[in-house]
Amino acid sequence: MNIHEYQAKELFDKFSVPSPRGTVAGTPEEAVAAAKAIRGKGLVIKAQVHAGGRGKGTFKNGFKGGVHLIDTPEQAGEFAAKMLGETLVTKQTGEEGKLVRKVMVAESVDIAHEYYLAILLDRATARPVIVASTEGGMDIEEVAEKTPEKILRVFIHPLAGLQAYEVRKLTAGLGLKGAQAKAFGKLLTNLYKLFLDCDCSMVEINPLVETPAGEILALDAKFGFDDNALYRHPDIVAYRDTDEEDPREVAASWAGLNYIGLDGNIACLVNGAGLAMATMDIIKYAGGEPANFLDVGGGATKEQVVAAFRIITGDPKVEAILVNIFGGIMDCNVIAEGIVAATKEVALKIPLVVRLEGNNVAEGKKTLAASGLNLIAADDILDAAKKVVASTK
Amino acid sequence: MAILVDENTKVLVQGITGGFGGKHAQLSLDYGTKLVAGVTPGKGGQVFEHGGHKVPIFDTVEQAARETGATASAIFVPPPFAADAILEAVDAGMALVVAITEGIPVMDMMRAKEAMCGSSSRLIGPNCPGIVTPGRGPDSSGGCRIGIAPGYIHQRGKVGIVSRSGTLTYEAVWQTTQLGFGQSTCVGIGGDPINGTSHLDCLKLFNEDPETEAIIMIGEIGGSAEAEAARWAKEFCRKPIAGFIAGATAPAGRRMGHAGAIVGGAEDTAEAKKAILAECGITVAETPAEIGTALARAAGW
Repeated sequence: MNIHEYQAKELFDKFSVPSPRGTVAGTPEEAVAAAKAIRGKGLVIKAQVHAGGRGKGTFKNGFKGGVHLIDTPEQAGEFAAKMLGETLVTKQTGEEGKLVRKVMVAESVDIAHEYYLAILLDRATARPVIVASTEGGMDIEEVAEKTPEKILRVFIHPLAGLQAYEVRKLTAGLGLKGAQAKAFGKLLTNLYKLFLDCDCSMVEINPLVETPAGEILALDAKFGFDDNALYRHPDIVAYRDTDEEDPREVAASWAGLNYIGLDGNIACLVNGAGLAMATMDIIKYAGGEPANFLDVGGGATKEQVVAAFRIITGDPKVEAILVNIFGGIMDCNVIAEGIVAATKEVALKIPLVVRLEGNNVAEGKKTLAASGLNLIAADDILDAAKKVVASTK
Repeated sequence: MAILVDENTKVLVQGITGGFGGKHAQLSLDYGTKLVAGVTPGKGGQVFEHGGHKVPIFDTVEQAARETGATASAIFVPPPFAADAILEAVDAGMALVVAITEGIPVMDMMRAKEAMCGSSSRLIGPNCPGIVTPGRGPDSSGGCRIGIAPGYIHQRGKVGIVSRSGTLTYEAVWQTTQLGFGQSTCVGIGGDPINGTSHLDCLKLFNEDPETEAIIMIGEIGGSAEAEAARWAKEFCRKPIAGFIAGATAPAGRRMGHAGAIVGGAEDTAEAKKAILAECGITVAETPAEIGTALARAAGW
């Protein structure tokens, strides 16, 4: 789940992680009011979409740039009018771009130095790691590759938590002294609390800036949240913006299906995440391109299978469907009944290849045969993949 | 032999009165597993009945262990309470704790894993299909089934299987059964980023097990556990290994169902992992349909 910049700012405010003052606006009038309220000497207005490269993006109405410096509240209104309700195309949005529904008006800060600061969960050690660098504002992976000595890492004990000496180690490593050292220490301690309390998988501040006045501020941030923990964070769930997501994935999440949209022409419906990935791989191996990842899970119902068919056949790029089920405990006949119900409902016009194996497979095959459905049966996954690819040629 | 569990292992189920836990407790009893106790707080004193079996239910794991001698626990407790259930099993001295539960918050697992450091318990999972040592009866019955794997696809034999994914484990099991090799023990270690037993742990155990003659290791994108295991195997494993890695077509940065299946960097892609496995002398199956035949090649069978 991604969140907007203004939502990240809200989280920072809540946990006392200093960031430039700013307010979100949904109309030009609100943008004017926001600019008046901030009363900074320089202001910036930013389009709120889930994509990077906003500054260099172009709106479909011809207006250039999703990020602008402004001098007056009136200007905030003018720029907001050109951005709101318009579609912004950046190098990360693809050609279709993203509709801008909100803008953020914030103070524009002068920068004396840019740092990098992130906290993430390290799999190998099963503990949080704080990553910091004096080389902020650039691609951190490049910094890590070219000048690995400039990347500081501190692994935090899961039960003891962040220690004062660890904060001092990082502060010294970044070369911060006096009031800045104190400000950074406070910011890091609060950020670590945010990371834990919000069940983040990652929070990355790039850049973290020192202003000429000596303030330490989080200028731009990226958040990742643990999906498994969202049940205990209704406030973060409320940040979800389904307008920013693939509509196929939104529909799947309502149906309780694990679905990720891709660009290929062969849709697949599988039980189990590992087998679903492997099925995508084998479609590619057989010369096709997978249109999606779809795991119906081990306890799928007939209704979920129908919902899954609705989603995959709603994708205009899909030219054929591969159903691959290894029913361990899952009853193959439930899948078969779902397929029959679904194909009736959506009036299937494209080839359907089915590979059923496992629990109650004989009944499942009988159900499919009795339905008179025009489907192609397959014996194993490779056979299924070859048949579904051939059906599109 | 076999590893970790055998037909004599006494098993208890935490969450036996839940729908999912109850169903799989029944299937384990049908399979012939020595399922001796259930645990559900507040339901101690009740009895779980199925097919003539009467399994006593206890309020705590400690009571269940003391009264029945169970040494392994299967956890079917809902995600918000699962980390607590794991630590309760550890506290009660369970030698083996198998957490089936899917969807446990990563922070909970991080703390639980640290908290069980230094204990003598081994954790398998979470978010895993569990562990099976097949029996010698019809359809492999009479074995030890802890978790949710279908029992009938197994056959007692000579292949040790370790995998992150449930359904891919079943594919490998089914193929080795059809080829007549059979399995010593099959371990599903789970698809979460933080888990108990690793691929490497299982390779070490299979390496020392006289009944295991060859090993199948199934992995997927994300993390470095498969590479770590392969590098160890290159130096120390005396048995042939076949491998498969799922997720070659997964887009970077997306969670592919399993919380741990996400490409983060250049090192944890399927291609990179396959290359490392091959370099370490593991026979890599190109497709999941060829795991069994890849093993036959590796072992010279």
